[in-house]
This record gives sequence, structure tokens and C-alpha cells, in this order.
Amino acid sequence: MPKLYSGAEIVFKCLEDQNVSHIFGYPGGAVLPIYDELKNFNSIKHILVRHEQGAGHAAEGYARSTGKPGVLLVTSGPGATNAVTALTDAYMDSVPLVCITGQVPTHLIGTDAFQECDTTGITRPCTKHNWLVKDINDLAKIMHKAFEVATTGRPGPVLVDIPKDIQFQKAKYKNYKNNKILNGKSHDNYSQKNIDDLINLIQKAKKPIFYTGGGVINSGTKASELLRELVYSTGFPITSTLQGLGSFPADDNQFLGMLGMHGTYEANNAMYSCDLMINVGARFDDRITGKIDEFSPKSKKVHIDIDPSSINKNVKVDLAIVGDIKSVLTSTLNTFKKSKNNFSKSNKHQISNWWEQIQKWRSKRSLDYIGSEETIKPQYAIERLYELTKDKDTYITTEVGQHQMWAAQHYKFNKPNRWMTSGGLGTMGYGLPAAVGVQIAHPKKLVIDIAGEASVLMTMQEMSTAVQYNLPIKIFILNNEYMGMVRQWQELLHDKNYSESYTAALPDFVKMAEAYGCVGIRAKTPEELDDKIIEMLNTDRPVIFDCLVDKQENCFPMIPSGKPHNQMLLGPKDQKEKKITGKGRTLV
Amino acid sequence: MANSKSAYSFAGKKQKPDTHIIVVWVDNEAGVLARVVGLFSGRGYNIESLAVAEVDQKQNISRITIVTTGTPQVVDQIKLQLKKLVPVHKVADFKREDKNVIFKEMALFKFVANNGKLNKAFEACKNFNPVILDQTNKSNVIQITALRREIDTMSKNLKKFGLVSVSRTGAVAMTRGSEIFK
Repeated sequence: MPKLYSGAEIVFKCLEDQNVSHIFGYPGGAVLPIYDELKNFNSIKHILVRHEQGAGHAAEGYARSTGKPGVLLVTSGPGATNAVTALTDAYMDSVPLVCITGQVPTHLIGTDAFQECDTTGITRPCTKHNWLVKDINDLAKIMHKAFEVATTGRPGPVLVDIPKDIQFQKAKYKNYKNNKILNGKSHDNYSQKNIDDLINLIQKAKKPIFYTGGGVINSGTKASELLRELVYSTGFPITSTLQGLGSFPADDNQFLGMLGMHGTYEANNAMYSCDLMINVGARFDDRITGKIDEFSPKSKKVHIDIDPSSINKNVKVDLAIVGDIKSVLTSTLNTFKKSKNNFSKSNKHQISNWWEQIQKWRSKRSLDYIGSEETIKPQYAIERLYELTKDKDTYITTEVGQHQMWAAQHYKFNKPNRWMTSGGLGTMGYGLPAAVGVQIAHPKKLVIDIAGEASVLMTMQEMSTAVQYNLPIKIFILNNEYMGMVRQWQELLHDKNYSESYTAALPDFVKMAEAYGCVGIRAKTPEELDDKIIEMLNTDRPVIFDCLVDKQENCFPMIPSGKPHNQMLLGPKDQKEKKITGKGRTLV
Repeated sequence: MANSKSAYSFAGKKQKPDTHIIVVWVDNEAGVLARVVGLFSGRGYNIESLAVAEVDQKQNISRITIVTTGTPQVVDQIKLQLKKLVPVHKVADFKREDKNVIFKEMALFKFVANNGKLNKAFEACKNFNPVILDQTNKSNVIQITALRREIDTMSKNLKKFGLVSVSRTGAVAMTRGSEIFK
């Protein structure tokens, strides 16, 4: 007679077999049997959050910074609905999450029982797949399948809903891990001919560009190495989406910076004027393309992506290569090296005019801003933060808004998995809990959440989690008292009608830090900024850093809505109507 | 500055929409229809008609036939998105004009009228394999199988013969000849 395990035990047996070391969660009535079992599984550490959304974002931060799936455990009803934002966020940004929810006992499903909700119904559009476990004998199989679905192909969140009676029932346990691929769905679906075609295009191109995205990061660190190799061996310029930052070193000369709505002048103009665009693991998102009818009108477009539904979704491409980036880049490099050794040298002449043109765009210095000696410019704050942390292996998370764009523009990422930001869904409140998850995964590393004062208030309660687990995360708030990006759009598009974008009663963040039991630091002037940042870095405890910045500063350059890439709006330096005069002097 | 008051771009050029019949083979499990239908509604695709039933009891496979309209790009997206769903095994797509595919819908017509009109009604249906399923001295129920548009026309034209109620299925499809869709 094989040993029988309860449903709750089976959940943990599965997590063990999947090598899960941390789960983020919050207990409640419908998951109590699972929580009861926690004590018997020492290899799994539970991180108690303060809100289920925090559990989700923490799991996302964990997943993004490690490449492993993040796991969260929440209760039925409000527990599940609170996790929905994080699941949707993970779905948009292709983050592998496994969400385990409790459910009311089977016989109560459909009766509007206490803390009942149609969890699988609610989460169906925001997960890759979800399951309601109706039979204890299916539990182990479903759990392992859940991990498989979350981590294979284009990664994403999955949810397993387990009624409370199933958690008590007993069954045999079988490890279903590493079984055959689901429904025979294979992910590499390209031929050598595709690769040959790509190399043919690379050879002919006079104005080429690599446009890379989060797919490179999701494909693993090896993919980033291969990308670097390919970019160096072609000598082509490269730009990256928000999610792809770090896959190619930002301080390299071939890197043109981020592209898109707040991308650099050179990256966007190069995208507009190129004759060959090689999209590696990006998805032609509307923040990238701008006006779609005028998006890169003269180029041949190549799209390498693991998700067939990303091909031709927004932009029609000339060559589609469906497959894992790592595998496609390996094939490409193998073929390339065989036939075109020394290509970057022999091809130098063919693309020299292109590089000259790019240098002209670069000389616009589109990320420049007008400095100040009185107030801290937010860009300056990020630059100083970068300079003072670049020698450490720093992990950066962000909230959503102006600070996020400034961080993407001015913080230079040289390694993958160091940059965690909510791009697709744009979830304010993502960064603080994500930093918690990152710090759990990398206890010895420096983890900074570059935040805005409005965003960070949305999930501020997770500071309590950071204090509980001694996670020395640094919350670096660029405090301009406005929802900055909203304010910027209102200034530029709504005749400066700043409707509800000013927060009149902000808390004192330093006192707040103290109330949570962590350290509060405030910087008011550019002069004291460096010292305060160093003080923050030397504090081995969680810190809330209240950096009071210029309230009026806008995030430039930007592509105004409905405009193509070549009609960018540059910063105040380039605009005739300078808002800051006289005293304005660049500090750096 | 742009005079647009939106953080989003405007809709671009539109292609011409076509009617397609999408056939999806799925695991017959709880929620699978909601997944397929939810994908359509969530992404703003049309469903003109829908027919679904289990076709393989041993392997629990259901066959869903969906009539939809969309531009070539949208129809491609529909297929690719459907293929990503875990319980979906395969997806076939036929244009309505496709001569190699048979499309049929079934309709039940209830007539309440005198005998003369009832006979005329049956007569009018005779091109569409009419079967009388129920008959009283002042009513009958006639089953026909036909194309969607034919049924549309019939249900309009038969009003004068005392048609009081129409019930119809969505379209189902099958390829001609010995070939089967893999």
C-alpha cells in the first residue's frame, strides 16, 4: 500500500520537486490546511506579505531576477482578487508565476459562500492557463503541469485553485515533473533556410539595426551572451525596449539607448531610417512603434520570437523566425561564423555612412537636461545614484511613471536580470514588493526601488515585510508631489489643467520609515545628494530615501501620441521656450 | 505640439474583412468554451455563430465551429491565439467561399396556420431537406438544413405561411473528399 498524502502535503511535495525555495503568501480560511503543513517542509520558506498584490509582485521580482518561476499562495475570494493585478502584470510582461489559491469546499462552490469567488473565471484572461482542482487524484499532475505551462514557451502566470476539502483529502503522490511537452506544442519552429535568409539580409544591409526586447532576458543569461556576440560580430547598432535593458551593455558604443516613446533621439531615428530591422524578442508594442502606418517605412523587418501570435500582430514583417532566442541566436552564430568570419571588419565600409548618421543624431544629446544648483533635478538624482552604485552588482526595480523612464534613460544596465519594471501593464506600486522579492532571491546584493511618491504609496505596506525579514531594500523616491507622468501629459495635451494629479497631503516619508522600523533619509539640495546616497548605501537596513526633486520637470525626449519616430519632441534645451533660464546650468 | 488629446495613437488603415469558419478541436473539460469565447470577446473579435459538441467520447475531444468576420490580420491572430490555449489541439480555418468545404446549419421552424398554408410552407422548404418533426391540425414543426443565408431568407419569406418561431444551430463544417484536416 503506497503512502497516502493529504492535498496540502501534495502541494508542498510538488513545490519541493520543482525546487521551489521561497513562496510569497498570505493565509486565510480556505488555505489553512496548506498553511498547517508548512512547518513540515523545511526546504520551503514562506514570506508573509501585507497584501496579496504584494505577494504577486514580490514573486515577479523573484522570478525576473533569477529566471526561476515565482510562487505565491493566497486564500480564496479577496485573496485571489487582490492577486489579479499582479497576475495581469506578469501576463503582460511574460513573467513565470505559479499562483496557488484556496477555494471554498467543493460542495459550497456556486452557493455564494463566504469568501467565495469564481477565481478561475476571473483569472482566465490574465493567466496562460488555470485549473480548478476537483479531484484529489488530479492535484499532483495539475501542479506539475502548472509549472510546465508557466515556464515553457513564452513564460507567464498560471493559477491553481484548490478547494479546501481537496486540501484535506488523501491520495498517492506521483512526480510528474519533466513529462513530455504539453499537447506536443513545440516552441522552436524555424528552419535553416530562415537562418540563411537572415544572414543574407544582414550581409546586404546598409542601414541595419538590432531592436531587442525582454525575450532575450527570458531566454536566459546565455541568450544575452549570444546577442552580444552577434552584435559585435556584425558591428551593427543596437537599441533595446524597456524590458530588454541589460541584455546588451548600455555603456557600449554600439548601444543607442532605449527606443520608443521616451527613447533616445538616435535610437528612434535609426529605427525610422533603417533598411534592416532585426527584432530579437520584442513585440512591436504601441509605446515602441508610435504611429504604426509610419513605423520604419523603408526597412525589411525580421522578427525572432518564441510566441507565434506575436508575429504580424502589430507590424507586418518580412522574415519571421519562431523559436527560443537562445536557440535561434546559436544557429545564426554557427552559420554566420562558418561563412562570414571577420564580417564586422569586411562590412565596416558598407555601414560607415550609417554610423556617421547615427553619430549626428547622437550629437543632439537628447537625454541632456538643464541642471540646477538649487533643486535636485530627477535626472541628476538617477545619474548620481548610478555613479555611486555602478561598481556594485545592483538590482533596480521601479514603480511606474516619470521616474521609471528617467531610470531607464539614465541608469546604465550591463547585465540581464538586474532591471525589474512593469512595462506592459504599467502597474504603479510594482517596485516596492518586487524589490522585496529580488532581495529574497539575492540576500547579499544591493536592491534599489527607484520610485515615485505616488506609486510607492500604493504598496507601501510591504515595507513591513522588508523589516520583518531584514531585507535591506532601498526605496529611492523621486518626490515631486505630483503624479509626474499624468502632470506631464496634462501640461502637454490638456492645456495645463492639472486635474487631480497633485497629492496635497503626502505623508512625511522619513517619519513613515521610522514608523515601519526602518531608516528614513531626506535629500533636499543637489549639494547634499551624494552624501545622503552614500549614507543610504552604508545602511544595512531597509531605507526610505525621500529625494525632493524639481516639481515641474518633464521627461524628454518623447514621441507625442500619434506621431512617427522621426518627429520627436526634445527637451527644453532644444525647445525655444526655455522654462528655466539664467540660473540653469548643467551640473554634470 | 500635437493636437491629439490621447496618450494612444489613432487607428490606422483598415483592411477588408472576410467571413471565416474556424474549427477548433479542444479537450472537453470545464471552462474550455469560456476560454475560447473569452478570447474572442476579450480581444474584440466577432462571433457570428457557434456550434460545439463532443465528437470523440473516448479522448474527450470537442469540436467547436465558429463563424467570424475579420481582416486577414485579425483572422491570423485568432488562429494563433487559439493555438496558444492549453486545451486546444488544432485549429482549422476556412473561407466561406471555399468550395472544398461543406457548411451546414440546421433550423427548426414552427408554423401555426391552416392546412393550406402549412402545405405551402413545406413546399417552400423542399430544397433544404425538410423533415416534419411534429404535426397537429393547426401547426407543424419543420426541420431544414441549409446555409446561413438561405435560412435567413427562408425565415423572412415563410412569415406569410404562419411561421411563429425559429430555432437554429450555428454552422458546422466538413471538408469534401477523403482528406481530413490534420
